[in-house]
Amino acid sequence: MIEIFQYEFMRNALTAGIIAAVLCGIIGIYVILNRIVFISGGIAHTAFGGIGLGYFLGRDPLIFAILFSLAAALGIGAIKNTRSRVSQDTAIGVFWATGMSLGIVFIALSRGYAPDLFDYLFGNILAVSGEDVKLILAMTLIMIVIVALLYKELFILSFDPSYGEAEGVPVQKLYLLLLCMVALSVVVLIKIVGIILVIALLTIPSAIGRQHARTFRGIMALSIVLGIFFVVSGLVISYYLNIPSGATIILTAAGTFFVSTAISLGGTRR
Amino acid sequence: MNDIVSVEKLWVHFGSQVILEDVNLVIKEHDFLGLIGPNGGGKTTLLKVILGLIKPSRGQITVFGTTPEAARNRIGYLPQRNLFDLQFPATAFDVVLMGRYGRKGLFKRYADEDRDAARQALGQMDMLKYANREIGTLSGGQQQRIFVARALVSEPDLLLLDEPTTGIDASQQKDFYELLRDLNQEKTIVMISHDMSAVSKYIEKIACINRRLYYHDSKELTAGDIQEAYKCPVEMIAHGVPHRVLREHD
Repeated sequence: MIEIFQYEFMRNALTAGIIAAVLCGIIGIYVILNRIVFISGGIAHTAFGGIGLGYFLGRDPLIFAILFSLAAALGIGAIKNTRSRVSQDTAIGVFWATGMSLGIVFIALSRGYAPDLFDYLFGNILAVSGEDVKLILAMTLIMIVIVALLYKELFILSFDPSYGEAEGVPVQKLYLLLLCMVALSVVVLIKIVGIILVIALLTIPSAIGRQHARTFRGIMALSIVLGIFFVVSGLVISYYLNIPSGATIILTAAGTFFVSTAISLGGTRR
Repeated sequence: MNDIVSVEKLWVHFGSQVILEDVNLVIKEHDFLGLIGPNGGGKTTLLKVILGLIKPSRGQITVFGTTPEAARNRIGYLPQRNLFDLQFPATAFDVVLMGRYGRKGLFKRYADEDRDAARQALGQMDMLKYANREIGTLSGGQQQRIFVARALVSEPDLLLLDEPTTGIDASQQKDFYELLRDLNQEKTIVMISHDMSAVSKYIEKIACINRRLYYHDSKELTAGDIQEAYKCPVEMIAHGVPHRVLREHD
């Protein structure tokens, strides 16, 4: 098995995957506890509009993906506290579809060069460059710093935001910050598992962790370990079977999730 | 005795709707005030005005002689019980510790003194032995004690309790009220309740609120007050009350 890591692209893939698993473990617990899985999905899909725009303008698509996903995070997040009759659920749907449509239109308008859409939609961890690894690492470090600084605030936000508000916790700003953290994480994860699969990587390891660990930190730690396992095993399996890496990583995670859920359901029935 | 809360000619509107109308209220040190009134009558709104969470559209409010925002660190608050995620990975201790936020502020980590305060508040509520239990595995009454401990952990001088007995079964309510009465030795307490019989038995002063506030700095309300507030005949409310809330009337 060691021989496959002789290739630089495999080493990059492995390094990026492991760092991404750490990132997902840290952010994922907030995603599942705050029930923002589909907000995260909306943010990820909106990012596609930015990727299209980047190609159209001939600039780095990643920068525009960040702008689009941040706009989606703030838009979907802000609608929650308005008196508008648009529910957050609706806002997710609108941002989601608008982002995808813009992406397709911009790419159709871009002459000559047709980017590999499949890589953006489903990820291609084998195409991760050394630069990408640095970017993912930087983003992960930023998230660790934010979570370390705001651990108690994010804990209150996740558990009981209305009490937090009464205590003077800036709950609404924190909520928007959390969505922006998700947005930035999503963009760097697109390289690895793609827009469509990114919510799986953000949620499945934490969801399994939650079934087996009792404490907040325990869930974080367990979901990081699980994430690393899914990435490494998915990568190896996809290499030997010659099947898409992103999907294989997610299927490894999903398979474990179903088994874990069956076991924990069986345990409670008794 | 000092005035803890002083409300003068206070109005609150939500849009064009009047929630509180010309409310006047003075809460003195060591008062144990029960707030009763029909649903939607503005009980919770009044507590939130005292906390500084809702701005009055007219009128004056001072808390500990200053603005509600400036006084917030001296207030412990138990919000109306809302459904939280029973599977949330928080221990009773974690939940109580949240009440120290106001003393810490953004970015600061909890220190040993915060953890000591949390243990002390848990002890006060007789819940120390459950400190490491997950909050969702405790009974409704135990959870409520944890939430009161969270209100106490900031060592407040004023406790605002919004329907604290929700989820506590009848057999435990007596203990719970007696606990509040002990706390009242040191702290001023304002409590919203639906339970008229308990209110009249354990509480020294009662105000009734339905947009307007009816209060005579005592336990007594006139039949007219209640009738006015609840918009229904007094008998329907006063029946079955073991202790007298109402003055003798024809």
